[in-house]
Amino acid sequence: MTSVAPVAAAPGGSTRKGGAAGRPSVAAWLVAVPFLAFVGTFLVYPTVLVLLGAFQDSNGAFTLENLTTLFKGVYFDSFVRSIELSALTALIGAIFGALLTWAISVGNPDGMLRRIVVAGSGVLAQFGGVPLAFAFLATVGFEGLVTKFLRDNVGIDLFAGSAWLFELPGLTLVYTFFQIPLMVIVFLPALDGLRPQWREANASLGGTSWTYWRHVGGPILTPPFLGALLLLFANAFSAYATAAALVSQGSPIVPLQIRGFLTGEVVLGQENLGKALGLGMVIVVSIAMGVNVLLQRRVAKWVR
Amino acid sequence: MGSLVKQRVLRTVVLLILGVYFILPLIAMAEFSTRGKNNTRSFESWTAIVDDDGLMEALTNSLLLSVTSALLMLVLLVPTMAWIRLRLPQLQRLVEFLCLLPLAIPAIVLVVGMAPLYAWVNYFLGDSPLTLTFAYTILVLPFAYRAVDAGLAAIDLKTLAEAARSLGASWFTVLWKVVVPNIRVALIGASLLSVALVLGEFTIASLLNFDTLQVQVNLLGKRNAGVSIAVSLLSLLFAFVLLFALSYVGQRRRQTVVEE
Repeated sequence: MTSVAPVAAAPGGSTRKGGAAGRPSVAAWLVAVPFLAFVGTFLVYPTVLVLLGAFQDSNGAFTLENLTTLFKGVYFDSFVRSIELSALTALIGAIFGALLTWAISVGNPDGMLRRIVVAGSGVLAQFGGVPLAFAFLATVGFEGLVTKFLRDNVGIDLFAGSAWLFELPGLTLVYTFFQIPLMVIVFLPALDGLRPQWREANASLGGTSWTYWRHVGGPILTPPFLGALLLLFANAFSAYATAAALVSQGSPIVPLQIRGFLTGEVVLGQENLGKALGLGMVIVVSIAMGVNVLLQRRVAKWVR
Repeated sequence: MGSLVKQRVLRTVVLLILGVYFILPLIAMAEFSTRGKNNTRSFESWTAIVDDDGLMEALTNSLLLSVTSALLMLVLLVPTMAWIRLRLPQLQRLVEFLCLLPLAIPAIVLVVGMAPLYAWVNYFLGDSPLTLTFAYTILVLPFAYRAVDAGLAAIDLKTLAEAARSLGASWFTVLWKVVVPNIRVALIGASLLSVALVLGEFTIASLLNFDTLQVQVNLLGKRNAGVSIAVSLLSLLFAFVLLFALSYVGQRRRQTVVEE
């Protein structure tokens, strides 16, 4: 096959996938120009600007200083904190999200409950942002419903220790509100893929619920579960809006550090440090997504 | 049978606990936004929404943006993707990569690179918030790409296009009268998702200093939490209605096909 193809293709001069279309004419390429020009200008150009800027000093000369600064002091701390926050909320989101997904997947596939949970999950996972921050102020803020109830009726002061809502523990709590819903959206197709026949086969062979999950459901769901975990990590790591609306002082996590550089709290000579922070974020997100791709590719091999 | 009962109990417990966890903040928002003086109830925060000119202007901006971004997304994506399937398979991987790239570049990073670019955009096109259309079209690309790609994969595009061409249709007619009607469900899905994303966007608008709904809600929250919470609740409910409607879009079609 492979040795014949080039010979057959050579005389006609057509491309390898030629077929009916043949070699596209110049006019055919022109159709793709508007899209490519747009994406080139508004996606590729800004991205390249950040990635190159990370390696430049304020005069535009090449330097590695921005990147080495990432491994020092507050910047390094913010990366560590961002990764901790993302990992923790990804884990919580994945576990509770998987439970919720299971609870709706065993119900009626066209039922109202499933529709409501799926639509609600879409809202919280993709739309959340600022409204979520205000939802939290209304619930467990200084004058929130739960705060007041506990203070007036139970005698517990939620803020006795510190203003935790506006620090890392608060962010962890708020982030679960978009992480659990995202898990539902990502994980539901995997659970829908479990065929009822497998369960029946397990039962007719005398298996219990435990043997089903241990030998059938578990192994099948492990790769999509790990994939979803990585996606949730990348999602929390990239999130900005909720944290920005909640935390107005200090910059505990990387996205808020970058905000500082954009709103002008910049030390002279460090203009490109914000870009280095951006590069750092892109690297972390790319690693998470790259591992996911490798994982799914491996699975695709033995599932077939 | 015992395991079925156990499953039902576990399911109820999970739904109950997580249900309360997610509904409690909504109740708290309703309660907080209707607080009056001296432990009374009042709808002042809600009526203040309409009276706040800044808020209404920002809402108008966001609604306009959601329409322009969805339109630009459709105009850029649909002809290009259909054309690539028909005539330019060589570009398939590049376009897919570009469309999914925004998933790997967090918005907060993208805005760092967009800030200098927008200095130029605003110099040439003025500083209308509608210029955000460009940035938002990029943001919705991954979601729109998946929806449109699924739509195109579900039809026999090559045969349809060849049939239309052999009957003398121009490429534009093929696109407008054959491709678009056949994937309209996917296009509606992609558009509704875009609208929801644009209405909820905060990162880019706020850091490029444009006045959109979420920027205004955040700003307002610093002096009047009640109004911000009321608007937040309203926008969450609106997005819910959008996505809930979306869950019926695909199904309606399935049913009509069966009836025919």
